[in-house]
Amino acid sequence: MKHHAQKLLVVALLIGLWELVARMGVWSPHLLPRPLTVAQSLVAMVTDGRLVGAAGRSLGRLLRAYLMSVALGVPLGLLISRIPFFRNAVKPVVMGLQALPSICWLPLALLWFGLTDGAILFVVVMGSVLGIAIATEDSVNGVDPQLTRVASTLGVRGLRFQFGVLLPAALPGIVTGLKLGWSFAWRALLAGELLFVSGGLGQLLTVGRELMDVPQVMAVMVAIVIIGTAVDRVLFQTVEVRLRRRWGLTATT
Amino acid sequence: MLRALLGRWRSSLRLLQPAHVGAERAKISVARLDHEYANKVVALQNVDLNVRSGEFVCLLGPSGCGKSTLLYALAGHVVPTGGSVSIDRQPIHGPGPDRLLMFQEAALFPWLTVRGNITFALAARGVPRAERRERADTYIQRVQLGGFEDALPHQLSGGMKMRASLARALAVDPAVLLMDEPFGSLDAQTRIHMQELLQSIWVRTGKTVVFVTHDVHEALMLGTRVVLMAPRPGRVVRDLEVHLPMPRQPEDVALNEMVRHVGGLLREVEGRAHTRSLQPAPTRAPARPVLRPQVIPGP
Ligand SMILES: Nc1ncnc2c1ncn2[C@@H]1O[C@H](COP(=O)(O)OP(=O)(O)OP(=O)(O)O)[C@@H](O)[C@H]1O
Ligand SMILES: [Mg+2]
Repeated sequence: MKHHAQKLLVVALLIGLWELVARMGVWSPHLLPRPLTVAQSLVAMVTDGRLVGAAGRSLGRLLRAYLMSVALGVPLGLLISRIPFFRNAVKPVVMGLQALPSICWLPLALLWFGLTDGAILFVVVMGSVLGIAIATEDSVNGVDPQLTRVASTLGVRGLRFQFGVLLPAALPGIVTGLKLGWSFAWRALLAGELLFVSGGLGQLLTVGRELMDVPQVMAVMVAIVIIGTAVDRVLFQTVEVRLRRRWGLTATT
Repeated sequence: MLRALLGRWRSSLRLLQPAHVGAERAKISVARLDHEYANKVVALQNVDLNVRSGEFVCLLGPSGCGKSTLLYALAGHVVPTGGSVSIDRQPIHGPGPDRLLMFQEAALFPWLTVRGNITFALAARGVPRAERRERADTYIQRVQLGGFEDALPHQLSGGMKMRASLARALAVDPAVLLMDEPFGSLDAQTRIHMQELLQSIWVRTGKTVVFVTHDVHEALMLGTRVVLMAPRPGRVVRDLEVHLPMPRQPEDVALNEMVRHVGGLLREVEGRAHTRSLQPAPTRAPARPVLRPQVIPGP
C-alpha cells in the first residue's frame, strides 16, 4: 500500500510540475498544452473509438508477432544450449544479428513484403526472437549442475530429463527472457508503425504530428505508456513473481 | 578392577578386526584407484576397496581426504584418472540403475513438492504409476515428514529437506546405496531416528551401503566395516571390520571403547596431515604430467 502511495505521489508531482510550467506560458499552449487538455483529448479519442481501434490493431499485431517469436525463439535457445553445432555455428550469427537495432530491418521488410502487415510483423519478430533465444540459452546453461547430477543418479534421461528437469529448472530465467522479448517487441512495433500507414497507435502519433495536434500526440504517448506498463505489470510481473515464489527463489515467502 | 577394564577393552577391540575381502567375492571392487582433479589436486591415490554384497561400509576421515570423490567414483559421477571401479565384476560406465547416490546437500527439485520429488524419481526408475503415490507416502511417513507431502522444498528446514531426500533415495530402493554425510545437518534426536530407520531398512533389505561420515560414533553405530582415510593424497589407511551385533545401543560399552580407539586413529591421521601440511609441499615435475611417480603407501 505504501509503495502505491509513493508511486502516486511521484506521478502527481510530475503532473503538478507540468501544469506549473504550462501556466508560466514560456511556450505557446499549442506546443505545451496543459495536462487537462491532454486528458480531454485522451477521453475524446477513447469515446470516439479511434484510440481503442488503434490500440486493438497494434496489440493484435503484437500478439501475433510475439507468439511467433516465442515459438521460434525458445526452441532456438534450447537447440543452441544443447547441440554443439548450434552452439558453435548458429550462436555467433544470432549474437551478431542481435546487435542490429530492430528498426534497421524495416527497409528490407518493405522491399520484401511491401507496405503490408507482414512487413511490421517481420520487424517485430526480428526485434524480439533473438533476444528470447539468447535469454533461453542463458538460463538453460545456468541450470544448477547439482540438479542435473541428481537427475542422472535417479536415472532421469531423455525427454523426461529435457522436459521434467531442464525446462522447469530454466523456467524462471526463460520467463524473464520472455518479458524482455515482450518489451523489445513493443518497441519494434511502435517504431515500425510510426513509419507508414498502419492503422495502429504509431499512426495515430504520426497523424497527430501532421495535424499539429500536440494534445493528441501526448495523449497517445500516455496511452502507450499505460498499455505497456499494464501488460508488463499485470501479465509478466505476476507470472514471474508466482514462478519465483514457487521455485523458492525469493527471500520472502 | 583395572584388570577387568583392561580385559574388556581388549575384548571389545578384538571385535574390531582388519578386513580382508578378496576382489573375487566383492560386490563393489575398487582397484588402484587414482583421481586427480583438473586443478592438480590429488584427491585419491592408489585406493583399493572391496565391498561384499550386503555390507554397510562407513568411510571415515578428515575433511578433504577424498571421501566424496571416492563415493562419486562409485556412483559414476566422477570418471577417475586411474584404476578401475567395478560392480558385480562389470566395470562401471557412469551412473546406473543398480546404484543411487545421495548428495551431501538435499538436492531436491525445487519446483516439485516432497511427494512430487519422490514420484518423479520412481517414474524415472520405471515404477508403475499406480504404485508411485502410495510408495512415496509410505517413505514420507517413515522419515517423519507426514503432513508435509505437499510442501515445497523451500518451505522446509534444512534437516527436513535432508529427510525428504532420504525418503526419495529409500523409495527408489537401489541395490547399492551411496550416501554422502546424509545426517550431518540433523539435530541429535532426529539423527538417531534416521540412523535407526536406515539400519532397519538395511537389515530388512540387505542393501549394500557405502556411507560417508565425519562422526566416529555414527560410523560404529551403523557400519559392519569402517574404512579410515587420510588426506593429501587421499588414501585408505585402515580397513576394519566391526563385529558387533545389530541393532547397537548408543551407550554400549564395547561400542564406546571402539569409538575411542577409532577416534584416536583418526586424530593420528589428522595430526600427521597437519604436520605434513606445514612442510613445503612436494613439487611435481611439470614435464611429465601423465606418468606420475607411484607412491606405495605404508601399512
Ligand atoms: N570439483 C573439484 N575440483 C577440484 N578439486 C576438488 C573438487 N572436488 C574436490 N576437490 C579437492 O579434492 C580433495 C578431496 O575432496 P572431497 O570432496 O572428496 O573431500 P571429502 O573427504 O569429501 O571432504 P568433506 O568431508 O569436507 O566433504 C579436496 O582437497 C578438494 O579440494
Ligand atoms: Mg565430502
